[in-house]
Amino acid sequence: MNVNVKPEAAKRTSTRLAIADCDIHPVRSSPNAFDPWLSARWRDHLKTFGSPRRLAMQAGPAFPKGQPDAARRDALPPEGGRAGSSLSFMQAQHLDPNNVTFGVLNPLQSGQGVANPELCAALCAATNEWQVAEWTSKDSRLKASVVVPYESADVSAAEIRKWAGHKDFVQVLVLSRTGEPLGNRRYWPIYQAAAEAGLPVAVHAFGYGGGPITSTGWPSHYIEEMAGHAQSCQAGLASIVIEGVFERFPKLKIVMVEAGFAWAPAFAWRLDKTWKALRAETPHLKRPPSEYLKEHVWWTTQPMEEPEPRTHVLDTIGWMGWDRLLFATDYPHWDFDDPSLALPLPISEEQRLSFFRENALAVYGVKA
Amino acid sequence: MIEAGAIDCDVHPTVPSLEALVPYMSEHWQDMVKTRGLDELVSISYPANSPITARADWRPAKGKPAGTLEQMRTECLDPFKTSIAICNCLYGAQLLFSEDMGSAFASAVNDWIAKEWLDREPRLRGSIVVQTQNVEMAVEEIERCAKNPRFVQVLLLASGDHPLGKRFYWPIYAAAERHGLTVGIHAGSNYHNPPTAVGWPSYYTEDYAAQAQAFQTQLTSLICEGVFSSYPKLKVVLLESGWTWLPAHLWRLSKYWHGLRMEIPWVDRSPMEIVKTNVRLSLQPTDAPPDPASLEKIIEHMQSDEILLFSTDYPHGQFEGMEVLPQGLPKSLVRKIMIDNPRATYARLLETVT
Repeated sequence: MNVNVKPEAAKRTSTRLAIADCDIHPVRSSPNAFDPWLSARWRDHLKTFGSPRRLAMQAGPAFPKGQPDAARRDALPPEGGRAGSSLSFMQAQHLDPNNVTFGVLNPLQSGQGVANPELCAALCAATNEWQVAEWTSKDSRLKASVVVPYESADVSAAEIRKWAGHKDFVQVLVLSRTGEPLGNRRYWPIYQAAAEAGLPVAVHAFGYGGGPITSTGWPSHYIEEMAGHAQSCQAGLASIVIEGVFERFPKLKIVMVEAGFAWAPAFAWRLDKTWKALRAETPHLKRPPSEYLKEHVWWTTQPMEEPEPRTHVLDTIGWMGWDRLLFATDYPHWDFDDPSLALPLPISEEQRLSFFRENALAVYGVKA
Repeated sequence: MIEAGAIDCDVHPTVPSLEALVPYMSEHWQDMVKTRGLDELVSISYPANSPITARADWRPAKGKPAGTLEQMRTECLDPFKTSIAICNCLYGAQLLFSEDMGSAFASAVNDWIAKEWLDREPRLRGSIVVQTQNVEMAVEEIERCAKNPRFVQVLLLASGDHPLGKRFYWPIYAAAERHGLTVGIHAGSNYHNPPTAVGWPSYYTEDYAAQAQAFQTQLTSLICEGVFSSYPKLKVVLLESGWTWLPAHLWRLSKYWHGLRMEIPWVDRSPMEIVKTNVRLSLQPTDAPPDPASLEKIIEHMQSDEILLFSTDYPHGQFEGMEVLPQGLPKSLVRKIMIDNPRATYARLLETVT
């Protein structure tokens, strides 16, 4: 949640655990920041028609956020611009004091979900160039996501292959609210290209599928949208498992980002029970759904579950396995999880290391 | 061990055919059924021969599972030593797009249940089936059926046209509260929206598993819109919802409530507290962890022994033989679940029915 930067924050670096942050949101410093990588046609198009997505408003989200730009109020860069748009301020406010040695960039509002498929592809391609030029080439702690126009799977696969092997890219990014459930065959070229490139596919909450964001229509409030990411992400993940994506692409890794994780155990138990009763329907599945989840799926931690008493979350992590969680802050957003406060529980040193760093390094196959 | 005198909060009498309902319709709708050649209104939520739709040993050689009172007595009420069972009829009246037709068929279902089941078996109680597209007509149906004390609940589906907390639906809750009826929300969709938040799945397995997410969504909506702030005496019962997902869902919702409660200032208690007083969940299906000790932990996470209500979900296939109580259920909870909690939930069960 919102936190105030403590004056002593910068001093804490040397004594702090080196951590991985698997969900950082870089933002364009100006609306024209992608121009160097866009053709004249698209620059003109954007001026004339904008880049509408499948939602009602020209600007802003369908559900107005709880804070301006969904950002921490203290995350506005001193030099001006939006929260998350300044590398130097991100370094000073977050990467340095929190000792982030490995940070995964998930650029949102980049171009994913733009209705015009060619514009969407052009914006995603520009986003990827921009991540290297403005972020990863300037700070080696930061790693990029291959942002793909996921509703066009073949174009996405080509974009993945373009960046495969590039040292700065560690995953493929799709959003959770897709046009069809994520296991649908139309998305399989993305999984194929990602598996071949050895890149995990991150499914980040939000998106612009265009249909109602629940199984029972449109809710009224932002809080319902936020709580509801757990439901839409469960539906997408169930689809990936039940359609047999992991049987078809045995090397594929999926990372669920910013959708919570405490739902995972009961979700797996329900899938197993249902599969057991109905398995004649899905002969392509060779194992119970929970086994695919245990082998192929990871969850980022933010927003960290906070039961009362807090120790209950240790049962949940125990059911999932301590190797499943990747620490994330969601910087610079309002519901940022401070690494010093995220898991205030008595756990072993090994568990702490895996939670805050080692799991991420293992999943992404990097050293930091 | 099951307790004699159990109150079974979710059993499903099956409408044998559309023809059986025709006598309970007006002349106009009788004519429409015939003239338009209506198909049976059977939801895709329960494919006829799917193992969850009916247990193998509850499938008769002829006719439908739970198709007769005799079947229900010998297969469910007698063996489980049930004192009272609540009939939740899942005929497809709620799935229609015409509010007039939906209302007419729902009324026929209610009159059929009253006459063919409730009048003939003193252990049975009923839920009032209503369509939800026209709330005024739904309230009229509640008022009409509430005169029969054997109706104890209003029955809605887990997915419909809009989230159930929307103010548009509140006259239904006002009517339910006024008459001491609970609002039961049962697994299933009217399929006016795709059955998941990300569209139509390819497999029935996904549809059935996704019911848990539909219930999570409705719980969020009912709490956030303030239904329980305005109708504090209202009890909502989630039927065939699964329940092991409940603690994690409330943790997440409570966390966001702490961060965003300025958006919904009428919600003045945490979601966990609201659920403890106003929301109940039926026992079957239990989406249980592999070991009983973990199930005990889930129950501890629920932080209340008053939330679960006994159900067999008859004739749906959720458990083997008589194993209706999952392993790991603490002994101290069995009587609460089977008798005390249902009695505390369904105000109308305490009334004498003659």
